[in-house]
Amino acid sequence: MSNSNNLLTIKDLYASVEEKQILKGLDLEVKPGEVHAIMGPNGAGKSTMGYVLSGREGYTVDSGSVVLGGEDLLDMETEERARAGLFLAFQYPVEIPGVSNLEFLKASVDAQREARGEEAISSADFLKEAKAACKKVDLPISFLKRGVNEGFSGGEKKRNELMQMLLLQPKLCILDETDSGLDIDALQVVAEGVNSQRSSDRSFIVVTHYQRLLDYIKPDFVHVLSNGKIVKSGDASLAQELEAQGYAWLQTEPTEDELEG
Amino acid sequence: MTEQIDKALAREYEAGFVSDVESETFAPGLDESVIQRISKMKGEPEWMLEWRLGAFRDWLQMEEPDWALVDYPKIDFQAISYYSAPKSMKDKPKSLDEVDPELLRTYEKLGIPLIEQQMLAGVAVDAVFDSVSVVTTFREKLEEAGVIFCPISEAIQKYPDLVKKYLGSVVAKKDNYYSALNCAVFTDGSFVYIPKGTRCPMELSTYFRINEQNTGQFERTLIIADEGSHVSYLEGCTAPQRDENQLHAAVVELVAMDDAEIKYSTVQNWYPGDEDGKGGIYNFVTKRGVCHTNAKISWTQVETGSAVTWKYPSCVLKGDNSVGEFYSVALTRGRQQADTGTKMIHLGKNTKSTIIAKGISAGKSNGSYRGLVRMAAGAEGARNFTQCDSLLIGDQCGAHTFPYVESRNPSAIIEHEATTSKVSDEQMFLCQQRGLDPEKAVSMIVNGFCKEVFKELPMEFAVEAGKLLEISLEGSVG
Ligand SMILES: Nc1ncnc2c1ncn2[C@@H]1O[C@H](COP(=O)(O)OP(=O)(O)OP(=O)(O)O)[C@@H](O)[C@H]1O
Ligand SMILES: [Mg+2]
Repeated sequence: MSNSNNLLTIKDLYASVEEKQILKGLDLEVKPGEVHAIMGPNGAGKSTMGYVLSGREGYTVDSGSVVLGGEDLLDMETEERARAGLFLAFQYPVEIPGVSNLEFLKASVDAQREARGEEAISSADFLKEAKAACKKVDLPISFLKRGVNEGFSGGEKKRNELMQMLLLQPKLCILDETDSGLDIDALQVVAEGVNSQRSSDRSFIVVTHYQRLLDYIKPDFVHVLSNGKIVKSGDASLAQELEAQGYAWLQTEPTEDELEG
Repeated sequence: MTEQIDKALAREYEAGFVSDVESETFAPGLDESVIQRISKMKGEPEWMLEWRLGAFRDWLQMEEPDWALVDYPKIDFQAISYYSAPKSMKDKPKSLDEVDPELLRTYEKLGIPLIEQQMLAGVAVDAVFDSVSVVTTFREKLEEAGVIFCPISEAIQKYPDLVKKYLGSVVAKKDNYYSALNCAVFTDGSFVYIPKGTRCPMELSTYFRINEQNTGQFERTLIIADEGSHVSYLEGCTAPQRDENQLHAAVVELVAMDDAEIKYSTVQNWYPGDEDGKGGIYNFVTKRGVCHTNAKISWTQVETGSAVTWKYPSCVLKGDNSVGEFYSVALTRGRQQADTGTKMIHLGKNTKSTIIAKGISAGKSNGSYRGLVRMAAGAEGARNFTQCDSLLIGDQCGAHTFPYVESRNPSAIIEHEATTSKVSDEQMFLCQQRGLDPEKAVSMIVNGFCKEVFKELPMEFAVEAGKLLEISLEGSVG
């Protein structure tokens, strides 16, 4: 039985893209305030998990359930999931030329506030908040005027994702390799950004390949996702084990189905 | 995503209503007697009638052009009515109080109140309804500055010398098939004269409305900016939603004398036809300006309407150091077809031109950019920069670019950049993941794409244009 105290409950989730099944019986429970790290080999389905939870088009749920804050997440449109407090920091952030970061952020915040029945924030107040968020992720203020991710360096894009998270104040943040491609200083900036947002009612799923990030962001749990499901869970020390030994010792035996297919 | 976007694009055409106005409309058909009647209705002098008849005889000898990348059934010119005017306009109302309230309501519904107190401050409007100008606002205020802003039919009577000198001076009667037809049968449009050294104290604008069925609208606009003067002019266009196609064949001529500057902006939203391509306006337009020494002409257009658009606002850079600019956003959706672009003819030394053309195609539509840059032998040190960007929404539409370059002067520099991009699934997903609904996402992405052009529009109209795109894209995702 799923715990009704959970913020997120994923049960036996199977999902496909392009007719190919990627998630194969994923289970995960996240309580408010927890930080879960997800590690696992390339191609295991980590990003796919983020897309399926966000309702990205082209990703089909074959079976299983996902409940966020008591609501059936799979029943909602992508934007409704976002408004329900789900945030995904992309592994590969996309550019939107000509649309300024500020304009994009304001529109996002407005849409979410409107959905929650809150009043729209004034442009002046928003600008203040946006400038503060910019500072926090160590991006020059001029980035607010630039097109969304337009010509940003890899690291700047990741910091920009984090800035969006700071402004949207989501309940569940999925960070998909936000640490990849960051220099040491930037890694700290990102970690500080996340840590500053940790609270009893906000949870994080941090997808990473590196134990290093977890030195800064102390996870409550570490999971290994391999071949579409969680094959091992543990506390922070599991990450160290993985760093030392790799994933090979965890690889599950292929099932009969897979051998035949 | 494509399906979503298509759905979102299936929007309502908000200007599609018909006004219940009693009109006097000529029976369909075109021959010399029709032209004589038009000329008589307008109370024109003999020279004007002769001018028209000359053009008509030329037109009879000409062939309808077929080089544009547009496809439509042959137009039956005998099935069109060439004149239609509200009956109430017959006695030429002297003031707004005398104008048929239904006409005023029409413009109010379109968001163009003609009562001066309610109007956008600082914008004078000439409202053209089918074949006549209904009213021109702020005339007295403009007259104080020496600016003439009136219907061209009135200018022919009041300022014959100016009209005789400049009408047909930029676009020759025989320039092309539709311009010749326009010369023969044009009914109304605006006339502007800005005296030497004068900065026009307000924005000028003409709002064209087609109302009557089976009529063609043949508008004629002539703007003369005398030495060192400056004017910013905007035109807007709408028409009711009808199953039949209607023809709109306009000619616009601009004359920028030495050191003068004309900024001409268009927000074109003629009825585009329905999803299956039924109905809509054929928009066949010739627009051209001539720049004398140090003069500048800047065309900005936002084209979202019409079933078929065929339009190339151009600049003849005759004087040394003159500047021509063309900023264009052309959006096609449904079954719309647009073949639009510009011609920059560099004759003078050190002349400069800039072309920024943004095409957005959605649904099953086709958008083409067609542009010519010509550097004449005397265009020493001339420069052109062209940038053509196409944005595709969905995978059933087309975008095409046809840049033509002719250079007879080795010192002239021509640069051309072109890009084609798509509203990608990734972009849509990012926007939606941040909480934006798909309509807002598309319109934001499209607006971003158009930014360089929108910033050229006068403030009030930049907002309008943004909104228009938003409406045009409404339902393009769902
Ligand atoms: N559109 C698609 N078509 C076919 N296969 C896909 C598609 N998208 C993802 N996959 C496949 O699904 C599998 C899981 O991909 P996913 O991106 O979720 O892996 P990941 O765990 O995030 O890997 P990495 O650590 O490299 O980021 C991969 O084998 C990938 O090739
Ligand atoms: Mg990944």
